Amino acid sequence: MLYREAGDFKTTYAADSQTFPIRSDRWRYFAVLAIAWGVIPFVIDDYWANAILVPFLIYSIAAIGLNILTGYCGQVSLGTGGFMAVGAYSVYKLMTMFPEVSIVVHVILAGGITALVGTAFGLPSLRIKGFYLAVATLAAQFFLVWLFNKVGWFYNYSASGQISAPERFVAGVAVTGANTAPWAQYLICLAFVTVCAIVARNLTRGSVGRKWMAIRDMDIAAEIIGVNPLTAKLSAFAVSSFFIGISGALFFAVYLGAVEVGEAFGIQKSFLVLFMCIIGGLGSIFGSFAGAAFLVLLPVALKVLGVDLLGWPSSTVAHLQLVAVGALIMFFLIKEPHGLAQLWRVTKEKLRLWPFPY
Amino acid sequence: MTMKTLATAALAGLLASGPALAELVIPDLSYRTGPYGANGTPFSDGYQDYFALLNARDGGIGGETIRINECETAYNTEKGVECYEATKGDAPLVYQPLSTGITYQLIPKVAADQIPMHTLGYGRTSAAAGETFPWVFNYPATYWDAASVAVNYLLSENGDDLSGKTIALIYHNSAYGKEPIRTLEELSEKHGFTLTQLPVDPPGQEQKSQWLQIRRDRPDYVIMWGWGVQNQVAIQEAANVGYPMDQFIGNWWAGAEPDVMAAGMAADGYKSLNMNRIQNYPVLDEIRAQVIDAGNGAGDGSNVGTVLYIRGMYTAMLAAEAIAKAQELAGSPQITAAQMRDGMEALEITNARMAELGMEGIGPEFTVSCENHSGSGEGLVQQWNAAEQVWVPLTDFIAPDKSVIDPLIAEDAAAYAAENGITPGCL
Repeated sequence: MLYREAGDFKTTYAADSQTFPIRSDRWRYFAVLAIAWGVIPFVIDDYWANAILVPFLIYSIAAIGLNILTGYCGQVSLGTGGFMAVGAYSVYKLMTMFPEVSIVVHVILAGGITALVGTAFGLPSLRIKGFYLAVATLAAQFFLVWLFNKVGWFYNYSASGQISAPERFVAGVAVTGANTAPWAQYLICLAFVTVCAIVARNLTRGSVGRKWMAIRDMDIAAEIIGVNPLTAKLSAFAVSSFFIGISGALFFAVYLGAVEVGEAFGIQKSFLVLFMCIIGGLGSIFGSFAGAAFLVLLPVALKVLGVDLLGWPSSTVAHLQLVAVGALIMFFLIKEPHGLAQLWRVTKEKLRLWPFPY
Repeated sequence: MTMKTLATAALAGLLASGPALAELVIPDLSYRTGPYGANGTPFSDGYQDYFALLNARDGGIGGETIRINECETAYNTEKGVECYEATKGDAPLVYQPLSTGITYQLIPKVAADQIPMHTLGYGRTSAAAGETFPWVFNYPATYWDAASVAVNYLLSENGDDLSGKTIALIYHNSAYGKEPIRTLEELSEKHGFTLTQLPVDPPGQEQKSQWLQIRRDRPDYVIMWGWGVQNQVAIQEAANVGYPMDQFIGNWWAGAEPDVMAAGMAADGYKSLNMNRIQNYPVLDEIRAQVIDAGNGAGDGSNVGTVLYIRGMYTAMLAAEAIAKAQELAGSPQITAAQMRDGMEALEITNARMAELGMEGIGPEFTVSCENHSGSGEGLVQQWNAAEQVWVPLTDFIAPDKSVIDPLIAEDAAAYAAENGITPGCL
């Protein structure tokens, strides 16, 4: 039978508290992992890697990061683009300063640096809330972009002000630079996504995540029952920025290869990741994936449908895409504020009751 | 997750349909939307209409029809990369992204995929060093040429002496706008003028503070490296602070009809560089008759004859000439991207040939070689006549100061080669 607890007996505490308590959920999870690791690397080509899968994976990490902050801890942030820029510029400086160290270490360190910067910009959250905090993080966004444009040290004084990723290898295979095979690009991102998602899922299930959610739901009540708002809010900023920093580092080094801070990490990026969280579902790891997939796939799907199949002019399709994204955001905000993840949850509930709904 | 897998499977089916006909494929990474759409549209129209004319009039080039593969980038590098990946499987001959940001992105990619890229008067200046950048061409001129042409023009206006003058550079705060700074700094040292830099954050709707600074400092000249909506705003702001228009010079991407129309009569006298002479060429009538009237125009035909339309058409002409050259070298009408590159490297544009094509004097004469991918580097200065709404060429083609530019190109190309482990050499 589809999606039933019946017959799935838990005999240990570990089995009882596992991430996916329902058997068909677990199977689905393992099937997705098996396809992602075992099938896609063998069939992937340049177009699929560069236009769809790699941006999807990287945006998923960013969306998970923002979801921890906004969805789980209730702190609105419009600084995502700026924090991604911190990750990108950290990994660039590390790559050029210590070329002998593995890129994997650099990406993780870039996440760490971003966590520090994020925590610093998270300090105002102890005093201000809601819209006012959003404005404070907006300041982070503009300040960081300005900084990376202004100070030549960050881009090694290159004439164009751009940073470009030198070629780096993992186990002898190029993962950055123009000669990277699409499967290598995909696999390095997939490895980071898998680890980040597992870490994020378990953090949000544990005591840390419960503290975040307590702060989100009502911070005074949370304080009364013994949650320290200082550590809870700042840890949310740190963890969230860590993930966003990793996504920024991968976005620059593996996906684009060269970036210009104002364009790649501008305010639009902050909004894009926020929209991913809103459409996907606030407070849900699955929602982060769904939102990222939706917003990465939608333009591609519209283009394939409009330009390639129906033969419309490309400008019409581009305009149509703006309309569609705007309409969808309004639709989700009004009809389903919890996003695609909630639709999925409702479907699962219905499946459990089927065929005898009450 | 299952829904996503289904969607991707459906997409895979859609993408699987491939080309079968033997034809010459030219991708057009255009932008008709967003803050740069007003400038991107006429260029793309001109680019596509010229190929449409060749198809209608001559049956293509060397008997092979040309197929345009348009992809909208919105001047955004991410979308540009996606367009590149989406179109490169189609055996394209040459890329022409009309964006310095996208160019920087594609330089390592085209070298890895061995597809030539033509960045006419934009992109990375040091790509002129063809031994380091074998797959990138920026003829007939580069940004450093543009900076030098502007300074040479000012020198000729001031009796060959700019010492003690101040020149402000107002620029798009991106790779594009920062490109001329290196040359202008060098030239300011050589000629003794003071250079002030005023960055404008893209897209550039907001530049009040920069123009207040110009009003306060009163520089002798303002040079602008702008694009899209930034140009319109800058010209309006210059009029608002009462800056004399004839001391305000845009580069060749800041001197087209959409830039000056918004300010109306206030824009009268604004100057800009151009690599094309704007006049009514016979080829434009042919395009009107055989492409626009036949309903095959890329746009509605209203842009025919404007600055950026002519530049797009000129770019297409250079590509078509390179294809013809490549066909001649390869000895067959069907050519590959590698053969196209050889054709571009052997390209020679003469006045006689331009007259033959019905566009006499549209651009400078130049030749391309393995060592020099940037052509002659010449540009002219034009001025906007707002009453008659025409750009009037003020000068003939002005040569840049190659003694300043060439060492800078060599230095920048050597740095790129060292950074990326390239051994310079002819292919």
